[in-house]
Amino acid sequence: MLPPLETLKSELEARVPGLTLTIEGTTLVIPREKLLDVCRWLKDAELLACDYLADLTVVDYPPDPSAGGAGLPSEASSAKDGRMDVVYHLYSMSKKHGPVTLKVPLPRANPVVASVTPIWRGAEFQEREAYDLFGVKFEGHPDLRRILLWDEFEGHPMRKDYVVEDQNVQG
Amino acid sequence: MSIDQGLESELQKQGIYVTTWDRLVNWGRSNSIWPLQFGLACCAIEMIATAASRYDIARFGSEIFRASPRQADLMIVAGTVTKKMAPQVVRLYNQMAEPKYVISMGACATSGGPFHKGYNVLKGIDHYIPVDVYIPGCPPTPQALLEGLMKLQERIKARGFGAAMAEKQGEYPVPAYGPSGLVPRFNPAVWQPPSNETLNWTATVLPQPSTPAPPAPSSA
Repeated sequence: MLPPLETLKSELEARVPGLTLTIEGTTLVIPREKLLDVCRWLKDAELLACDYLADLTVVDYPPDPSAGGAGLPSEASSAKDGRMDVVYHLYSMSKKHGPVTLKVPLPRANPVVASVTPIWRGAEFQEREAYDLFGVKFEGHPDLRRILLWDEFEGHPMRKDYVVEDQNVQG
Repeated sequence: MSIDQGLESELQKQGIYVTTWDRLVNWGRSNSIWPLQFGLACCAIEMIATAASRYDIARFGSEIFRASPRQADLMIVAGTVTKKMAPQVVRLYNQMAEPKYVISMGACATSGGPFHKGYNVLKGIDHYIPVDVYIPGCPPTPQALLEGLMKLQERIKARGFGAAMAEKQGEYPVPAYGPSGLVPRFNPAVWQPPSNETLNWTATVLPQPSTPAPPAPSSA
């Protein structure tokens, strides 16, 4: 059984020096500098043993020129500049529990986060997909290149501001 | 060219059958169409069901799905053609035996279907190769695919073998991967974008309002 989210939060804050977490619904919001420390602890802690990264994906919140800070849950300034959340779903195969859901908010202009491939090998392709479609750069990834689209493709089509080509007009 | 219908019927009663070379050849051709065995999405599942015993495409002589394009003369484009897959589909078409035919099965192969506004799906395989029969549906039922096959048989029977040979052959340029999709975006020799009149067809068939439209909300 997973501990309640509040317990997890206080436990993490006690174990990882300098870490402050916020709870958004059922997810833990982590500052990007602390992601690797948090992930290592979640995997290595005996009672949690989150040995399986089930899902790694990205949510794009485009900039909202009319927003003065409302609309987005965690950071007041993010609505103006836009925000990208990398979302992690962790399960434990050995303890048969989960998910622990993590979110790392990134600035939309420069979405860079540490790769979790050294912790969960299965993250490699999922991070390549997130890079391919959203343009999030994963530092420390062994082979960060496009996985679904071809190498000549320009842009990241799952971003909200991507403009799809008009197939009725020759480019 | 054609024999008098009454005379033909009288001769048949005596056990004498009169036909033309084209009709004889087309009778054989239309009843042994060999499809190319490949599927792209869920339409392929319906195509498999059509080939299995319950719907039994063998009743129409098309049960021999060939795994090589060189032994097939019908391409059933069964499913979503992604931009990444489209060059391979065109290349397979180019390698097929002539005269060759194409059935566009389902909404995706015909127009992009539910992925019409997406970044990754071709909005109809007819952008690059000529299509003979379009089958609507998402996915079409096996009965619909059989209906499409029968329509194709009618088409084959309606044209002489020589004319079909001249018409249904040749290779089409294989599109290349570009920065935002395929280059070129369509082959103008086989497909042209719809005109504005076509796109605004509702204006021609729907009754127009007699009163002018209400004024737009004031900018203040």
